[in-house]
Amino acid sequence: MELFANLGLGLETAITPVNLLYALVGVFLGTAIGVLPGLGPAATIAMLLPATFVMPPVTALIMLAGIFYGAQYGGSTTAILVNLPGETSSVVTALDGYQMARQGKAGRALATAALSSFFAGTVCTLLIALFAPPLAEIALQFGPAEYFSLMVLGLIASIVLAHGSILHALGMIVLGLLLGLIGTDVNSSTQRYTFGLPELSDGIGFVIVAMGMFGIGEIVANLENEATRDVTIKKVTGLFPTREDFRRMVAPTLRGTALGSILGILPGGGAALASFGAYALEKKVSRNRHEFGKGAIEGVAAPEAANNAGAQMSFIPMLTLGIPSNPVMALMIGAMIIQGIQPGPSVMTEQPALFWGVIASMWLGNLMLLVLNLPLIGIWVRMITIPYRYLYPMIVVFCAIGVYSLNNAHFDLYLMALFGVVGYVFKKLDCEPAPLLLGFILGPMMEEFLRRALLLSKGDPTVLVSRPISAAMLALAAVLLTLVLLPSFSRTREQAFQDD
Amino acid sequence: MRIRAEKDFWAGFLYLAIAAGFLWLGRDYRLGTASRMGPGYFPLVLGWILFAFGALSLLRSFWTDGERVGGIGFRPLVAITLAVIAFAALVPTAGLIFALPALVVISATASRQTVYDLRSALALIALTVFCILVFVKGLGVPMPILGSWFDGLVPPSWQR
Repeated sequence: MELFANLGLGLETAITPVNLLYALVGVFLGTAIGVLPGLGPAATIAMLLPATFVMPPVTALIMLAGIFYGAQYGGSTTAILVNLPGETSSVVTALDGYQMARQGKAGRALATAALSSFFAGTVCTLLIALFAPPLAEIALQFGPAEYFSLMVLGLIASIVLAHGSILHALGMIVLGLLLGLIGTDVNSSTQRYTFGLPELSDGIGFVIVAMGMFGIGEIVANLENEATRDVTIKKVTGLFPTREDFRRMVAPTLRGTALGSILGILPGGGAALASFGAYALEKKVSRNRHEFGKGAIEGVAAPEAANNAGAQMSFIPMLTLGIPSNPVMALMIGAMIIQGIQPGPSVMTEQPALFWGVIASMWLGNLMLLVLNLPLIGIWVRMITIPYRYLYPMIVVFCAIGVYSLNNAHFDLYLMALFGVVGYVFKKLDCEPAPLLLGFILGPMMEEFLRRALLLSKGDPTVLVSRPISAAMLALAAVLLTLVLLPSFSRTREQAFQDD
Repeated sequence: MRIRAEKDFWAGFLYLAIAAGFLWLGRDYRLGTASRMGPGYFPLVLGWILFAFGALSLLRSFWTDGERVGGIGFRPLVAITLAVIAFAALVPTAGLIFALPALVVISATASRQTVYDLRSALALIALTVFCILVFVKGLGVPMPILGSWFDGLVPPSWQR
């Protein structure tokens, strides 16, 4: 079986001491930032990117991936113990998880979350191994027109499934695309929007944009409504779920995994939507629905399985097509580009060890989380109580040193400060930074693919709709956009995020 | 005419202004033809799309109800921005040993809950030493520990 040969190669790569160590570092850091308030995986990965330049590509990606799914685990821990979801994807876990904790069943809730997440992680590792190769196979046939349309679809889909105003998100995408064009045009060597500054001739580093908007901008937003967190945590006892617990969590875990896997592949779907959807579904179908909101174990198992599945499946478009479905994936693509790897379907054929190594490491990472997290619960509990006022100056320090180390240029720091202000101002106006970052990464690629597509068609723009795959993708994008604008759909969409 | 959705209004206004800026700055970039896109082609298209979104958002703010913007957190905004700018200016001149404490102290003023006591001061010293050891000595980030102001005053080996 080719599948097992591939996974074998992956395991071989992932199990080297260095890669195991960095997977561990990744999931540990990820859990920590998931537990800590006001610091998300996107900002953390942006901060750590400069440090990964010295690592081999596969090691770097393994560590960054670990941060991403580790954060899901960490976010759930705080959601259950103190009713403070560390990440948006664990908001619904808090509903029943915290109730369980109040009834003295914190340990069982944590174990349920960890076990269902691990199950979803295992299934998704297999799903990725199964579906990524055929998808990459199809993608290898893509011409520039298909790629352009795929990016349009990816960008549109990412805002349909995100929350907030559609018009604002569209604006942020276009703004990101425009910002991505700053620098020297590759074809004509024209300096575009550089104001004659040599520092801008290579364009703006996306790490700077990400750290400015997700790091600095977030800090300002968090400090604006500073609240004192008074957390008291009861001692966690009785980690092991009972037989009855196991019986009740099987079906929700399966349903959550299935839903999360489907939603995760969709650009912009990811973990948050998956967990909301899974909770809503359980509330409808569960036999114990009267217990929901009062500490139902199903209400922990389903969203936890779903958010981990969603998080893992969002690797599929990134690894096979080179299309980011969320800011974290955009940063991973950035990391690959910096390492000299052109993201896209050729990664699998040209860098099989990297491709399969990252996939296998996800399963190993999930295993580490399962084994490590429960014994380390004491550390996480102590971290929850760190006040934000001690934390944020350190985040600023690491952002500043990280940005400086990119090019050893203090000019980049001024840019980061600027993007911090921009990020904060737009956030105040309900314009989320994530679409901007996706547009920023895709901007130069989209221009290049459009240029090539039109060159091949001798300037005929209908090439985008006369080629079937390209036409199908554009049609799908149009359908998604019309759906969102329909009043009935947008009501449902708002409801899905209501608990947020 | 009354603005009913403040957030829509200001977002639209910003999009319009930024689009106008991009279109104006890019007015001299060669357009080329569709089959041979020049450097000005894509930015022109994007500029007008952003302009349209901005105009839509602006117009919408007059006939649909929306949220108010709410207070701007000037204190954290100014403090954090100034802190980063000060750090950028101080690293090459004074060096990391002064720039880093400046960054921390200025950003600390962003929070009303910051406590200025001996413990915080010791933590700041520890953080500075940690960063110098890890980033400059350990990872080899070429940041001067003592910057250009100290050229000739101290042995060069102290500066990095």
